[in-house]
Amino acid sequence: MNLVPSALHSNLMVLSPLILLAGSAVVVMLAAAFYRHPRPVMMLTLAGLVLSFASLFLSQGVGSRQVTALLVLDHYALFFIGLIVAATFVVAVLCYRYFGGDESRHEALYILLLLAALGGGVLVASSHFASFLLGLELLSISLFALIAYPRFTERPLEAGIKYLILAGFSSGLLLFGMALVYAQLGTMQFAKIGTMLAAPDQVLELYGLAGLALIVTGVGFKLALVPFHMWTPDVYEGAPAPITAFIATVSKGAMLALLLRYFLVAGAYQSQPITLALSLVAVMTILVGNLLALLQDNVKRILAYSSIAQLGYLLVGFLAYGGLAIEAVAYYLTAYFVTMLGAFGVVTVLSGGLNDGSDGVAERDSDRLADYAGLFWHKPWLAGVFTAMLLSLAGIPLTMGFIGKFYVLVAGVEASLWMPVIALVIGSAIGLFYYLRIIAVMCAPGSKATTGQIIRPVASPSLAESVTLAALTLLLIWLGIDPAQLIDVLGATVVQLT
Amino acid sequence: MILSALIFILAAGGLLSWAAERWRLGSAKWVALATVGIELVLTIWLWLQSASAMALPAHGGWLAEIRAEWIPRFGVSFHLAMDGISLILVVLTAFLGMVSVACSWTEIQERAGFFYFNLLWTLAGAVGVFLALDLFLFFFFWELMLVPMYFMIAIWGHEKRQYASIKFFIFTEGSGLFMLVAILALVFVHYRSTGVLTFDYFELLNTAMSPSTELWIMLGFFIAFAVKTPIVPFHTWLPDAHTEAPTAGSVILAGVLLKTGAYGLLRFVVPLFPEAAGYFAPVAMALGATGVLYGAFLAFAQTDFKRLVAYTSVSHLGFAVLGIFAWNPWSLGGAVMQMIAHGISTGALFVIAGILQERTHTRDMRRFGGLWSVMPRLAAMGLFFAIAALGLPGMGNFVGEFLVLMGLSRASSVLASVAAVAFVASVVYALALVQKIFHGENTHGWQLHDLSGREMATLYSMAAITLWLGLYPQPVLDTAPGIANRPPAIAVAHREGSAE
Repeated sequence: MNLVPSALHSNLMVLSPLILLAGSAVVVMLAAAFYRHPRPVMMLTLAGLVLSFASLFLSQGVGSRQVTALLVLDHYALFFIGLIVAATFVVAVLCYRYFGGDESRHEALYILLLLAALGGGVLVASSHFASFLLGLELLSISLFALIAYPRFTERPLEAGIKYLILAGFSSGLLLFGMALVYAQLGTMQFAKIGTMLAAPDQVLELYGLAGLALIVTGVGFKLALVPFHMWTPDVYEGAPAPITAFIATVSKGAMLALLLRYFLVAGAYQSQPITLALSLVAVMTILVGNLLALLQDNVKRILAYSSIAQLGYLLVGFLAYGGLAIEAVAYYLTAYFVTMLGAFGVVTVLSGGLNDGSDGVAERDSDRLADYAGLFWHKPWLAGVFTAMLLSLAGIPLTMGFIGKFYVLVAGVEASLWMPVIALVIGSAIGLFYYLRIIAVMCAPGSKATTGQIIRPVASPSLAESVTLAALTLLLIWLGIDPAQLIDVLGATVVQLT
Repeated sequence: MILSALIFILAAGGLLSWAAERWRLGSAKWVALATVGIELVLTIWLWLQSASAMALPAHGGWLAEIRAEWIPRFGVSFHLAMDGISLILVVLTAFLGMVSVACSWTEIQERAGFFYFNLLWTLAGAVGVFLALDLFLFFFFWELMLVPMYFMIAIWGHEKRQYASIKFFIFTEGSGLFMLVAILALVFVHYRSTGVLTFDYFELLNTAMSPSTELWIMLGFFIAFAVKTPIVPFHTWLPDAHTEAPTAGSVILAGVLLKTGAYGLLRFVVPLFPEAAGYFAPVAMALGATGVLYGAFLAFAQTDFKRLVAYTSVSHLGFAVLGIFAWNPWSLGGAVMQMIAHGISTGALFVIAGILQERTHTRDMRRFGGLWSVMPRLAAMGLFFAIAALGLPGMGNFVGEFLVLMGLSRASSVLASVAAVAFVASVVYALALVQKIFHGENTHGWQLHDLSGREMATLYSMAAITLWLGLYPQPVLDTAPGIANRPPAIAVAHREGSAE
């Protein structure tokens, strides 16, 4: 009897990052209800995120453990929770000026952000279909509201509705898939599924296989893998820039981390047809993402297609399975988080946001290529940050993207996945073209040449935004030159999962 | 220690000149000049040192070496080493760096700080490529030098700069990724047979592979180096990039960046894959010979001065490829000689084109004519380097081409005689160049300044080096082809391979 309270105690300790996220959502909501000013609300949000991040170390000290059948907080989960919390922190900072700063009433945004982060955290820690679905819905429902947050404008509303329909559809597929797997095996715990399938004569029957295929499809929609990618450019373009950054990073990253855990723990990697299908999907995702990006004239859409292609690269590492795959995916995701946050951060900073009109209506983000003409000469630092991010997406040395691509290629070559690896190489070469196109536009002679036109007043970044972008860039370069420390951390996450 | 200093000086100098320009306009070029000056002095000092060190056989041919852990997870280390061939190429890089700073002195007026930053970082990347002996580090520098070069072409280039710069970047970077896959494949083949995960050149040298694996991996390397060298049919980026780049960019491209490709063939392709290189050699030599003729013929058809010179590069580097794949002491010495001499003479021709363009704002040779009467000094230099390019005895290029042909005739007399035809073709294009620009009547009424002191110093020093290479090539040959004699096993395996 003595054991119970101490077990409960340490369970709570382990869960503290998630509990603190949930708690700070409640605190922020109460604070916003009684004192409607964005600044203290944002400060509380940031404080909650910092606390949650700090408690990761506490949780790590206790050691990894299964908390109920639903959640497992091993190093793998803790690493990704940390990534999600940090990304949410950056997004919260970026949101403040964009959504009107002190003059507007956008406190509800922070509650939604915290809830979405909580959903992501539950996803990466889930070891059971129930927690999988709970986390997913928590994340998705917060995202509808976040995307359509500027509710008086057309684009975000349209994007919000598109995302709503898509998310509902993919959740339906997922649920059906889970049901089919349950129908064959009679359990919803990943680990149990894995042990059952590891038995010598036990394989997925048609039911279970169809279930797995549906789960992969549902996740594929969320990850925007080809051919489930149609929604991505529209939603990315329509959503407010900082929220786009959130969708691109937290939502996709959490899903991929979950899928990897499911594949490894529940033994889905043993299924030949699914692996074959996924490698085809990877090849298509890389090629289609990169080719369609060539046709775009809108920076947000280019980044959307680029993020599709990046997910394809990640799948190459993913398909290697095993220890190296986890490291590769984790490193690449970290690089991808930093890079996407930086890139959309620059878009955010250049956009007027919601304080343009007196009625809280934004025209549009600064997302046309023309908005970036000559940026190098009138805002050199911002252009430098953007260039660094684009070069990282292209995988050029001195950036994290290079090490990430290297890591993924190592995993792919080690597992002899020649088709996806060749697709990755060709895709990267195509990708260079549109990244360089943006850089070339920024290098072009400044907008002084077009004095006839009315030049959009480019917003100037706040101090917090500048510091955040500078920190992201430094991180990008530091971990690109000296990745050994991060690799050591990743090494620890692997041990637990395999 | 000295080796990392060679890279660090250039990188730091680049940052410094960028900062200096913000602090005071016009100071960037002085900082850049001082940086390449220090670099040149250091490398020449190293060369003088090496003259004695080389004599000791116990030294193993490596003059200096540094190794430090970098990413232990993958067995990647920061491993630089210098032997004769890298030493010579680094000296060439430093010298051409000096030339390119000098020829940008008045040409680059806008954003000079960023320009010199890019220039110096390209040089730093190239020096890194010549020194790296860890395959990951090599690839790191290989990719790194492209970015600043891209900016140089895209920002300070001529009319079609966007097209040319993007084409350049995609060709070289895309082919580089194939090399990365090949590097990884090699590393994992080695890992599976020995259980050691390493990217170190020396450890990978004698990896046992099945012939087909070896051929595939070698092709991955070959394609990257073939694009850079360039070997026909991978050369199409080169005329565009050379033509559109600013003068300094053209000089660095022709003089240094193309050499990284030939260096890669020499350092990596043949030693790492002796068998595969052996039975691939006839194909590679055929491509090289095609390049020699094709480049020479296309050069003759050009009307754009810089484009003409660009095609002569294809032709000249074809000789280097022939020399490398013939793989005997004469041909290798010739290949190295050809690389150095081509770097100087083609660099000088680009400098002349740049001088003309700066004054006349055109590169179209149909609009020139009769410039000898207006600019006698420039015209004399133009004649000098044109005949250097056609391979007149007494100039460096002749020594290179002659040695290559001598070595090649032992491997394949057919190819040697085909390549020898290029001597005729090169006379045609070189003399046509002189004829169109400098001779005849000054029908367009050009009134131009002749060379300034700075330009004279640049061109005269290059002319002196060309003459020195032609009249007394022994120091270069002593330093360089140690590589040919050192691992006899490779040469033997190669000869057996090509005999089949």
